[in-house]
Amino acid sequence: MTSQAQSAPPRRRSLRSRLFTWLTSMNLAIALLSILAIASVIGTVLQQNQPFNDYLIEFGPFWFEVFHTLGLFDVYSVGWFVVILLFLLASTSACLIRNTPNFLRDIRSFRLNAQEKSLQAFAHSRQFDSQLPAEEIVQRSQGLFARLGYKARAKERDGETLIAARKGGLNRIGYILTHLGMVVILVGGLIDSKMYLKTLNTLGVVEVETRDLPVSQVPEESHLPPGVLAGFRGSVNIPESKWGDVAFIGLKDGYVVQNLPFKIEVNDFFVEFYDTGMPKSFNSNVTLTDKDSGETLTKTIRVNHPLKYQGYNIFQSSFGDGGSEIEFDAWQLAGKTGTRQALEGTVHEDRSFEFNGEKYTIEFTDFSLFNVNPTEGPDGSRENTNFGPSVTFRVRDAAGQAVEYENYFQPVDFDGTRYFLSGLTRTVGGQQQFLFIPADRNNSIETFMAFYAKLNDEEAIARIAAELIGQTRASADDEEMRSSAARSISNLVQVFVAAGFSGLSETVDETLAQRGLSGEAAKRGRESSFRVVQSVLMRAYMETLQEQGIEDFSQRDEKFFEDALDVMTVIPDYVSPIYVAPTGFTHIQSTGLEITRSPGMFWVYLGSLMLTMGIFMLFYIHYRRLWVLIKPAGSDHDDGTTHHRLVVAGTDARKNIDFDQAFAQFSNELQRQTESNEQKNTPSNPDNSGRPEQ
Amino acid sequence: MSVPNEQMVNGYQPTSNLPSPRRVGLIDVLWTVAMLVAAGIGYSQYSASMDYYATGTLFGAALGLGFLGWIWPATRWLTAVVAAVSLFALWRYNILGADGAVGRAALGEFQESTFLFKFLLSSQAATMWMVALFFLSIPTYFISTLARSEYGLKVGSALVWSGVAMGFIGFFSRWHESYLINPAYGHIPVSNLYEVFIVFAVVTALLYLFYEKHYNNRSLGGFVMLIVGVALGFLLWYQFTRDAEVIAPLVPALKSWWMKIHVPANFIGYGTFAIAAMVGVAYVIKDKMGGDGPNDRLPSLAVMDDIQYKAIALGFAFFTIATILGAMWAAEAWGGYWSWDPKETWALIVWLNYAAWLHMRLTKGWRGPVMAWWSIGGLVITSFAFLGVNMFLSGLHSYGEL
Ligand code: HEM
Repeated sequence: MTSQAQSAPPRRRSLRSRLFTWLTSMNLAIALLSILAIASVIGTVLQQNQPFNDYLIEFGPFWFEVFHTLGLFDVYSVGWFVVILLFLLASTSACLIRNTPNFLRDIRSFRLNAQEKSLQAFAHSRQFDSQLPAEEIVQRSQGLFARLGYKARAKERDGETLIAARKGGLNRIGYILTHLGMVVILVGGLIDSKMYLKTLNTLGVVEVETRDLPVSQVPEESHLPPGVLAGFRGSVNIPESKWGDVAFIGLKDGYVVQNLPFKIEVNDFFVEFYDTGMPKSFNSNVTLTDKDSGETLTKTIRVNHPLKYQGYNIFQSSFGDGGSEIEFDAWQLAGKTGTRQALEGTVHEDRSFEFNGEKYTIEFTDFSLFNVNPTEGPDGSRENTNFGPSVTFRVRDAAGQAVEYENYFQPVDFDGTRYFLSGLTRTVGGQQQFLFIPADRNNSIETFMAFYAKLNDEEAIARIAAELIGQTRASADDEEMRSSAARSISNLVQVFVAAGFSGLSETVDETLAQRGLSGEAAKRGRESSFRVVQSVLMRAYMETLQEQGIEDFSQRDEKFFEDALDVMTVIPDYVSPIYVAPTGFTHIQSTGLEITRSPGMFWVYLGSLMLTMGIFMLFYIHYRRLWVLIKPAGSDHDDGTTHHRLVVAGTDARKNIDFDQAFAQFSNELQRQTESNEQKNTPSNPDNSGRPEQ
Repeated sequence: MSVPNEQMVNGYQPTSNLPSPRRVGLIDVLWTVAMLVAAGIGYSQYSASMDYYATGTLFGAALGLGFLGWIWPATRWLTAVVAAVSLFALWRYNILGADGAVGRAALGEFQESTFLFKFLLSSQAATMWMVALFFLSIPTYFISTLARSEYGLKVGSALVWSGVAMGFIGFFSRWHESYLINPAYGHIPVSNLYEVFIVFAVVTALLYLFYEKHYNNRSLGGFVMLIVGVALGFLLWYQFTRDAEVIAPLVPALKSWWMKIHVPANFIGYGTFAIAAMVGVAYVIKDKMGGDGPNDRLPSLAVMDDIQYKAIALGFAFFTIATILGAMWAAEAWGGYWSWDPKETWALIVWLNYAAWLHMRLTKGWRGPVMAWWSIGGLVITSFAFLGVNMFLSGLHSYGEL
């Protein structure tokens, strides 16, 4: 092919013909294949179609601008990428246009005009000398060709006979199918691509919407009536028992709204699970109502089992919360600790509250019914445990700072002790840390909150401290000293409540230093201070238990005490002034559907079929030609038998070693059957094949 | 030179020295019928849990094995041995319970307490045998090539054949074990990185055996089995550090008929590309050491060049099919036949690379060291598509995160 192009006469040619030659050049083809491969890499290392803000944070304003200009955030539909594809399309089509007629002519021709010189010049060429009569040679050669599956024709000219044979013409059809298949695939792909939508956008017919609006408020310029786009891929989230009749197509840093000719109502979304707690299938039961005919259709969509309706395909692609209702107790962690207020919230909705004159908002972001986590079983084996439902929300202060919390509804069992879990994440994407609040005998958080309230109650603590001193110092002589000691103890307890053990430890050290104590004395002072605080905490705890009506103090209660102190020491860092203890919920899910229309798919599949068939034909059908030229070569002087010279030659479109073998076998057999001798005087041939064979 | 008279008569039918083309013989027909009958028996057993696709795949596989037996008779032995041993294992496993499912603990206990399963038939044991046999074949091939020991090379082949058989036995065992643990977990073991590494090893070894026969030369065995050995080294690491061998249920996206055919087709591609690259390595080494000579241990450069072409062509054809199947699966699972997901895109890159390779060779007539180096480079790209994407990039392909 290329050799033809190379040997084309170097006369002046029109621009069109030069463009055509360039398009059909192998160098361009290989360059295009390589460029396409390299360009494709970009989108795999740079996550595509993320919110622009994320890119800004990741790359900084300069590189963001550079990447944005190059279109690297949606590289597979950016202009220059599409141009590469179009070039590949053009180049392959041009090759087809150039080669197809030649190939079709070629596979019908026998090449009966081959000249002796050119046959001798073939890479596969031999010469024999036979004494058989010409007709006999012709007949035997034909017989051999037929046995080898070749089609052969003979032609007599000027006393010599040429037999030409060929087989495997399907190989050339394979070329056509392969490359035509590629063209068809590319065309099909382009039909379904965003190219047309982007053009509409560039022309200003369609505007991209970047705000997060309800569908009804999206301006008309961002809506696409059904049928405007031949093919599209959009998605939509629909909560259970709600309906939707649009799909959102992501474009640039926003979206456009594709109106659908039908309504989709989601009756139910449900997940099926394996016994390990891993999800087994995601299902949406939907009812589709045609807007024109009013016809309805109810079906369950699963992953790998989409719903197809009038050229539209609806797929299960994701799921989320559709606005679950949450009931919760808001326990105050500062101010009036120990008090609670029963409230309600809805996922995806915010509610604000005021605390100590400051405004806060709670933004409920998610609810999950199951939380399956890997845990270690009693025998050390790996297990999966369901921690039960949880709710995720952010508490945002007036300054806009937010911390994210994930609170569990039920206490979770860890080695026989139950805790209420509250996970907090301070920064987006940061590590989640957990608060383990011990549950009491009734599996409730109340005891802990009551204990916490007691410690915040300065009067109570002062009273307890005074009682403690009264008991230890039997000679209750100095009333004043006693009350000041009680006050300082109660102060230490307040320090503990406000700043945890580390704060307490600092304060104690400071006081001791002020008193000028150091060394052994300081150590003893420190120990006794801690002991005293500990005793007060314990007494306060006992009192709380009594108030709860618990008389028998068990080991479990002691563990509770330690766990509770562990929690209190971190509460000062909990940020939120309230603790959200979720108590009830109504689970409402939403399903994420992918809605597509791809009229190009038929073409892509058709092209794929052609491509596959073509490739197998190209690789496994050998396009071969063989020639036998029979020339009279005088007669023997002894007995008068005439001699014939046989020029045998062959080619294979693929220059692979199989043909070396096949040609050797064929020519040896021909030599045997025509009882010939090999002639060694084949003229030497400087350029055997016309192509380099290293 | 006189010509005997009887040869001069018309309708001359010479005895031929040509190798006769393989015709379809009685044995070929019988074998194919046997495969179809076996499939029929399988169908009557499991028809309740099979849809059209699965039924089609079953009988298609039977016809495929019939065809394979025709073009490569040695595979009949392999099929027969694997079938016999796997069926035996299945039958012994059935002793566990009437309807099969017994749970992980009971299965483990049975495997521990039954000698045959502990050391041979459980998927773990069989896979370990495969690993050991493949590892052993590497030095066997290399040493025999160096020592020019024909016998040693045959031992190498025997090791690879046995390893392939054990690999298949382990494969079928694992398939059945997944159902024994829990019918809901049951799946063909091509669903995660651990499982596909085994598929890679078996497929590559089997394809190599084909070329070994086709070119009647065993001296490249060490090179090819070396890459298989590397893959198995990874497999062992993955197993011992990550417990990757534990049979887990499928994630929803993989619960599809397409997986069963998409993944194996891919691995014919990966396997042949690996073979081409390793033959490329042998080519480069031989070329550097002076090229063809009278006392070569390795095949001639022309032959090695040809093997690379044949392997890449076969791989390209199957990789094309695999990519198309992948697209059809994606159309069903994700809502579009092409999403430019990283795995998909890298498959395209691999494909484009080999398309360029083939064009270079075919239309520009390139041969020699350049193409050998390119084959090697092709494997680097392929490896990235196979492994690197899972390790470094995120996307929709849900299996095989490291
Ligand atoms: C779009 C992607 C393309 C694919 C997948 C493709 C595929 C193939 C394949 C598989 C072969 C056979 C190689 C062999 O038998 O070893 C081939 C041959 C060929 N291709 Fe392409 N090709 C593509 C693009 C092109 C383009 C753009 C051109 C034009 C410059 C082209 C021109 C040729 C030619 C001339 C042959 C040789 C045919 C022969 O003589 O047998 N191909 N192609």
